Amino acid sequence: MSRQDAPPIYLDHAATTPVDPEVFATMKPYFTEHYGNPASIHTVGQKAIIAVDEAREQVADFLGCKTGEIIFTSGATESNNFVLKGVLAAAKIQKPHIITSTIEHPCILDTCQHLEKRGVEVTYLPVDKEGVLNTKSVQEAIKENTVLVTIIYANNEIGTIQPIAEIGEIIKKANQERKNKIIFHTDAVQAIQYLDCNVKKLGVDLLSLSGHKFYGPKGVGVLFVKEGTLIEKIQHGGHQEYNKRAGTLNVPGIVGLGKATELTSKNRVADSKKQQKLRDLLINSILKNIPDSHLNGSNKHRLPNNANIRFDKIEGESIMLHLDFEGIAVSTGSACTSGTLEPSHVLLAIGVAKEQAHGSIRFTLGKDTSEADIKKVLEVLPPIVKKLRQMSPLK
Amino acid sequence: MDHFRDPHNMGSIKDPDGVGEVGNPSCGDIMKLYIKVGKNEAGKEKISDISFETMGCAAAIATSSMITDMALGKTLAEAIEITNQNIAEKLDGLPPTKMHCSNLAADALKKAIADYKSKNK
Ligand SMILES: Cc1ncc(COP(=O)(O)O)c(C=O)c1O
Ligand code: FES
Repeated sequence: MSRQDAPPIYLDHAATTPVDPEVFATMKPYFTEHYGNPASIHTVGQKAIIAVDEAREQVADFLGCKTGEIIFTSGATESNNFVLKGVLAAAKIQKPHIITSTIEHPCILDTCQHLEKRGVEVTYLPVDKEGVLNTKSVQEAIKENTVLVTIIYANNEIGTIQPIAEIGEIIKKANQERKNKIIFHTDAVQAIQYLDCNVKKLGVDLLSLSGHKFYGPKGVGVLFVKEGTLIEKIQHGGHQEYNKRAGTLNVPGIVGLGKATELTSKNRVADSKKQQKLRDLLINSILKNIPDSHLNGSNKHRLPNNANIRFDKIEGESIMLHLDFEGIAVSTGSACTSGTLEPSHVLLAIGVAKEQAHGSIRFTLGKDTSEADIKKVLEVLPPIVKKLRQMSPLK
Repeated sequence: MDHFRDPHNMGSIKDPDGVGEVGNPSCGDIMKLYIKVGKNEAGKEKISDISFETMGCAAAIATSSMITDMALGKTLAEAIEITNQNIAEKLDGLPPTKMHCSNLAADALKKAIADYKSKNK
């Protein structure tokens, strides 16, 4: 039902990104040509393991860690489940305690709630109006029985960036006086394209990535596990991935993810600059030209590609659909919550009222977003908002 | 979908004979229906003009538009019988999670008619 003639203007890169053609070309031979099982000793299998090893090196280079610390998974949802369930399984204390935030991705929050039902203690740290965590609150939340701190590096809805390195310092200090060391994890899924993900600088023991958020394929992810971290496997079977994650490796996916990290580290600075400029044009023009529109989240601590804007007195879903008719793809919250009626937990956490949260739209730019794309949005959006407001009983 | 893109009968009516406003507790959306009442040839009271204002999802807007089309010209007795099922059928169906949205329209119309009746006893 959208414009058939022109390609869509895709501004939903936080939901997923297209596979980069270069990445795709690298993956291709591993479907039909080099289809071996990397666990096989014969030559066909060896072709696959060599490719996986290379991808592992690319990722390790990117994160600044050893290749033996990279575990390939089926995506960040699995990586994050692995973190929470695996650390708890390895913890040898009575009632373990986890610290997290109120603005995590559902694959952290939902898993935490599941664990709470089984007697685990969870602290959900609040964030301020901009969506930023107070590092002191992390310090204060640490208890005798704390085993894990997991904080999202950059939020998927409002793009707020958390002070991960600072939190890493706090935990390092706390650990000096502890027998049961606290493990520190960050979900870096949204951060990877734009922020420094060197695990030593961040001071993390665990870090999750997802291929499809940075021009790699879907269904493949990474968990960085620092050597010596106490974590038990949650998926049992074969001895793959240093006996930490059973299951035949997704070779083409892993090859693609490896290539994508390489491209990302090459293009990060230039891409960030370009997207931030366009993003600022988008935000500033909307706020200036559309009355009663507001930016959700922080101006300063924000991913360069994210604009999340709320429009008073109208529904985000209606705006989104009207934009879709114009061939523009945006989202109302995160892709995974669009099936529910509940307003975004992230927007509620930063103090946005329920009705206002419903009127929010997320634009997330990508490496191929052009100025013409943004101009088109700025042309069609004001009349859409105006029309919906005319229709609204709230005046 | 056309009822969402280009809704019919949107806006308010000056000096309406009846107004019905309903809110949807599950999603916070609001709908307001305005009606004017006249007489048909048989002397029965009918809806001679109708319009809506809605802040809601696409389904809420489409059902608002549809109910105004359906109710216009009907007698009050007929109009009050319109159910959310009828509206959804006219729109070629709504997904189950969206059926509650069409309740808004049916309820708002009933309220508008009740409002008219209470004013004209
Ligand atoms: C912050 C964050 N964490 C985790 C995920 C889940 O990743 P995946 O789709 O690879 O399971 C997503 C995206 O959906 C995300 O944005
Ligand atoms: S979701 Fe609110 S009326 Fe449909």
